[in-house]
Amino acid sequence: MEQHKYSISKWCTVSEEVVKRFDQVVFEGEKGDFVAFAKAYYKTNEIDYPKFFKMDALSKLAFIGSECLLMDEEFDKPTSDIALLFSNASSSLDTDLKHCESIIDKDSFYPSPAVFVYTLANICLAEVSIKHKLQSENAFFVTPSFDGDLMYTQVKYILETHRAKQVLCAWVEYLEGKYKFFGYMVGSYRQGELEHTRENIKEIYRR
Amino acid sequence: MKSGKEQLVCCSMKKVYITSTSCLSSVGADKQLTWQGLQEGQSGIKKIEKFGFLEDIYAGQIADEVIDTQWNKLNIKGIYTRLEKMLIIALKPMIDLKKPTDTSQLILATTKGNINNLANTGVKGADINDMIQRIADLFGFKTTPIVVCNACVSGILAVSIGKRMIQMGVCEDAYIVAGDELTPFVASGFNSFQAMSDEPCKPFDANRKGVTLGEGSAAVYLSTECTAQETVFEVIGEASIADANHISGPSRTGEGLYLSIQGALREAGITAEQVDLVSAHGTATNYNDEMESIAFDRSELSSTPTHSLKGYFGHTLGAAGLLELVIVIESMLYNQLVVSKGYEISGVSRALNMITANSKLSLNTALKTGSGFGGSNTALLIAKRN
Repeated sequence: MEQHKYSISKWCTVSEEVVKRFDQVVFEGEKGDFVAFAKAYYKTNEIDYPKFFKMDALSKLAFIGSECLLMDEEFDKPTSDIALLFSNASSSLDTDLKHCESIIDKDSFYPSPAVFVYTLANICLAEVSIKHKLQSENAFFVTPSFDGDLMYTQVKYILETHRAKQVLCAWVEYLEGKYKFFGYMVGSYRQGELEHTRENIKEIYRR
Repeated sequence: MKSGKEQLVCCSMKKVYITSTSCLSSVGADKQLTWQGLQEGQSGIKKIEKFGFLEDIYAGQIADEVIDTQWNKLNIKGIYTRLEKMLIIALKPMIDLKKPTDTSQLILATTKGNINNLANTGVKGADINDMIQRIADLFGFKTTPIVVCNACVSGILAVSIGKRMIQMGVCEDAYIVAGDELTPFVASGFNSFQAMSDEPCKPFDANRKGVTLGEGSAAVYLSTECTAQETVFEVIGEASIADANHISGPSRTGEGLYLSIQGALREAGITAEQVDLVSAHGTATNYNDEMESIAFDRSELSSTPTHSLKGYFGHTLGAAGLLELVIVIESMLYNQLVVSKGYEISGVSRALNMITANSKLSLNTALKTGSGFGGSNTALLIAKRN
């Protein structure tokens, strides 16, 4: 197979109420409340997307991180040029607990479709694809911790086979208030950018 | 549209084959019994008088005695959940044929894993990674297992992911296993959506009333080995394109599914005319079946023999794609079409060639599709070799 060079054009993390882009703090919210922090990020960045408020915490986290990576990208919509590969450790367990709560007792049995729809891990990926009109290759994986090797291989396959021009890769983990988003964009190699290698992925994840 | 370069890249890729398959379903305790049951028109869907707090629901449930009988034959020690037993029962025949090597990859497709544990044991008992690691350890896998959790396309997407890993040279073979259980968690959710049929589901039919849930497990073995003595099934094309339209409803134009089918055809380098069989997702909801009919019609597949197998198994969620793929492979092996159970009169706007009679037909190339919540879609093309 042909081997091409690709680069990691940008990366972003969201954790402990701080958003970082290229390791630089771009937004800082009040500590201790993810939902308030997410809302503050939305307002500060003048995002106009009311669906955001219906999302569960995992989707809000994926939304904020993806927004940070995609806000300066210019592309026609819809597009198949930007693929999405997401992963996490806890699937949708944070919302699963809420749905579970609503069905545990006969007297208070009240499952809600608005909650139930978020009991699938890939819905947070879907929210990003809908927001940015990404009619593109996508997959959601569950792994015990961020698996840079898995991501590296799957990204490379998508780019080598020309299924997309860029891939947004993300670790989107949210469980009972503890969370982390780590995302990066991979595309054709450009001078001066970080090369897409297994080592570099692990290095920026560790930072 | 695409450059010649792409063709070159694809042609230079390794060929990946499905060389063995297995399943456990509400129709039969193993692949043979499931296939036999389908030939006789049996459905695993039955009325359940009480399920959690729901009453009188129809579902494709596997009797606990069936699982216990199959499980006891395996002589495996240790404590495993009901779903884990289902997965192990499906996976064991693959392992018996070929033991995993140091690089063999185990891939699980599931939507909810041990979600039934959540109320009792909290998040720990419902951890999908813990579950698949126990199974990987049991069979001596050395690599870390991967879980594909992409709603109802998971089962087929896991095959695509395994194929891609083999083609990228990270492993030489992959064991794909898929499973989901019928649980009050899922049934109460679908019920709250008012998406459940009050009779066995009727995919693509004018009188369809929604989904019937089910459960099951299935496994396939993927490798680059193709011996002249055995019939194998090459994965010739696949794609998974999102609708980017709505989290709980499919695209009205079938865009994501259409693009997925086009992507799979392009990789395979074949036209729709060369497809002998379409195994649709066909959940029997109004919107889903209509969307699929549009996507198939746009893909020029409206005259290709088509079925949905949900009338036999119900919707087995993360297992659906793989369980149904196992049946497609049997169908191709015996050149025998499987009737689309529950279908009588067309209830979709585009013409489809729904299979209404058990008949023989030379089946060399088949398309399996899936669509799910989140607007996910997967198309997978397989071709019979030898």
